[in-house]
Amino acid sequence: MSDETNARTPLHAAHLRAGGRMVPFAGWEMPVQYSGVMDEHRAVRSAAGLFDVSHMGEVRVTGPGAEAFLQSLTPNDVAKLAPQRVHYTALLTEQGTYIDDLLIYRESDDVFLLVVNAANVESDFAWIARHAPRDVTVENVSAEFALLALQGPMAQSILQGLTATELAPIRYYGFRRGEVSGRPAIVSRTGYTGEDGFELYVAPDDAEALWNALLAAGGDRGLVPAGLGARDTLRLEAAMALYGHELDRETTPWDARLDWTVKLDCGDFIGREALVAAKAAGARKKLVGFEVRGRGIAREGCAAFGPDGAIGRVTSGTFSPTLERALGMAYLAPEWSEIGREFEIDVRGRRLPAEVVKLPFYRRPS
Amino acid sequence: MDPESCQYSKEHEWFYLEDDTCVMGITEFAQDELGEVVFVELPEVGTEVEAGNEIGTIESVKAVSEVFTAISGVVVEVNELLKDMPEKINEDPLGEGWLAKIKLSAPSELDQLMDAKQYAEFTAHG
Repeated sequence: MSDETNARTPLHAAHLRAGGRMVPFAGWEMPVQYSGVMDEHRAVRSAAGLFDVSHMGEVRVTGPGAEAFLQSLTPNDVAKLAPQRVHYTALLTEQGTYIDDLLIYRESDDVFLLVVNAANVESDFAWIARHAPRDVTVENVSAEFALLALQGPMAQSILQGLTATELAPIRYYGFRRGEVSGRPAIVSRTGYTGEDGFELYVAPDDAEALWNALLAAGGDRGLVPAGLGARDTLRLEAAMALYGHELDRETTPWDARLDWTVKLDCGDFIGREALVAAKAAGARKKLVGFEVRGRGIAREGCAAFGPDGAIGRVTSGTFSPTLERALGMAYLAPEWSEIGREFEIDVRGRRLPAEVVKLPFYRRPS
Repeated sequence: MDPESCQYSKEHEWFYLEDDTCVMGITEFAQDELGEVVFVELPEVGTEVEAGNEIGTIESVKAVSEVFTAISGVVVEVNELLKDMPEKINEDPLGEGWLAKIKLSAPSELDQLMDAKQYAEFTAHG
């Protein structure tokens, strides 16, 4: 059932050996699950999971003008980003809507690494390169990296056994260059699951040895390989946006409740003018969390209704393995976005009752 | 249910004849493809169904899948256990995870279905 036109990560053989069920995703052949989405999800919440996210793209931006360039390209404050720190930001159109969401890693004053969604690598790279001034070099370095995500409460203790880099001092959204299992790696305290954890950027040739070393080191502490299925249910419980679902070219950071990623007081950036105007005009739609009050799952694309007609659309929906109920996120008309509002969702011609609830659905115990 | 004694549809349902009534469910292959089942919607007892009709849905974390009947008749019983324990479909799709019992109106329809050997070949090459 594999599709020959899709790219394979350096861990392809390891996935097959682990019983991974491979599916096409954003031009890649990726494991959607191994033992099962629920099991893998619960392992990440209670112990740890290991994900292959090598499909993500990396773009290196370097040069004396790199900081000023990224400041003019993205809405978050790059000047405030210290070396060895990461922040979450966006590429926006002139209309202030999402071309992509991304992480920016600052390695030094003049060296940045941008991590972008797999489906958007080529178009992001073209957009960034097109806007770059002469004193900035932009390179698509996606082929230089495999990316492993070790996520869950046991992540630090498992990883610490394999690296001399002291992990405890690395704060959330901090990173170091070091070695893991004798192989050079960027060790980043980031993730997409709502748990503590690390993302490890390594050379493709080192990926499989590292994958095996991590599973061997973590097996007795409950570490299991986890697929894209669990990645999606985990990020959804944590209310983290996914490009193509919550974020797209019709959506601004205001709509998506990502106001904190936009700094209007640190110079001009692409989309700023439109965002200022949009703020003054008031919200057009609001991203909300909802729980289904009936039996069934309201998935992406389902229409939402009030008594007088359509009020919005579901962007992501699933059955939550942690809360054991159907939930999701939706864009609703602003007057419907209050916590506790009851509405209906059309699921294959049947109306399911739903209620707006507070996000995130899940927050890890601190 | 003994898998050797069941008849199978291309939609991956099994049918097992007991007198004039057929028990049906989804196959091991189908439950494995679907993953962990979390909701099951079944027809009401007394519903008249025709071969090819959609009679319910099975939802897993990953996807929703329609249940079709390959036989015509009247639904005489549905598996109420699945309301609270939908995971029975994963654990025992040919036993405790059965879906419905249908009183046949056209028993010859069963002859159109695959036997166990044919179904094994179908899933191997399908």
